[in-house]
Amino acid sequence: MSTRIGVVVFPGSNRDIDAVNALEVVGAEPVVLWHEAATLDGVDAIILPGGFAYGDYLRAGVIARFSPVMRAVAAFAAGGGLVLGICNGFQVLTEAHLLPGALLRNRGLRFVSRQVRLVPERLDTPFTRAIGERRPLRMPVAHGEGCFYADAATLDELERDGQVLFRYAHEDGTTAEETGDPANPNGSLRAIAGVMNAAGNVAGLMPHPETAVEAILGSDDGLGIIRSFVDSAAARATEGQPMAVGGR
Amino acid sequence: MTMDFRFAVNVSPKPGILDPQGRAVEGSLDHLGIEGVSAVRVGRRIELTVTAADEATARATVERLASELLSNPLIEAYAIEAAGATSSTVGAPA
Repeated sequence: MSTRIGVVVFPGSNRDIDAVNALEVVGAEPVVLWHEAATLDGVDAIILPGGFAYGDYLRAGVIARFSPVMRAVAAFAAGGGLVLGICNGFQVLTEAHLLPGALLRNRGLRFVSRQVRLVPERLDTPFTRAIGERRPLRMPVAHGEGCFYADAATLDELERDGQVLFRYAHEDGTTAEETGDPANPNGSLRAIAGVMNAAGNVAGLMPHPETAVEAILGSDDGLGIIRSFVDSAAARATEGQPMAVGGR
Repeated sequence: MTMDFRFAVNVSPKPGILDPQGRAVEGSLDHLGIEGVSAVRVGRRIELTVTAADEATARATVERLASELLSNPLIEAYAIEAAGATSSTVGAPA
């Protein structure tokens, strides 16, 4: 039986089909979950895709946080379930306090849509274990509010506890600067492109691994991340780890 | 009897938080030939009417709304302004 991965669709999600496609490329079974769903249909893991949930009104991700499906996702995460937020999904997870930090308006004020490089800081997490080696991964970003922010104490804590998953990097793999460096597309502090929670089961990143899964479309560097996630979800499902699904 | 209470919530980036919008506004001052303006911060103002038995109850609702939804406490501060009460039967001020 293939691994069933939920893809949450909010009004305004627009990368949900890409997430579904990426899951199919790695042989998983995507399960589309509407934002009004109060339960998660017994899926093994959850992806919150990119887009502009609820128009990104007020702050990116904040209205989505209060949707019925997010209550179920929060309970799923609290029970140890794997959750990956991509772009807008990352913003939703920070607003829901399932991930640390906040995503501010890009330092350059412009919406940025182009290829970037990011380097995995760790290769031993459910989100990175299939990447194989520490090398710069090429994939697109497309966002206006992707500047990762947390106060200095929190940033130190994230680094100390190994919660920084990805940083923006140059072609040679060296970390991008915070300011004045095109390799850091939004001015994220310490060039952080993705983080995970302290428990290590919820992660988010601004770049789009799900649109970099086929070489014919320019890059398949995102495959490692999608595959890691699906493999980890499959492993957890067969281990029969207790995972809360809704109404916890 | 319930009353309508009109409030405004001013949300602004906390001191020290990067505010690219404020900086962009500041950067435009040169083009206007304006000098002596600094520390520009861009926030937002949300106006709303709360129907409640008394002002304290109405304010408690606004407090909750401001801290849980209208602002992100990590990066933003908020201040609540009360604009007074009107009878429900009269309706909210335009």
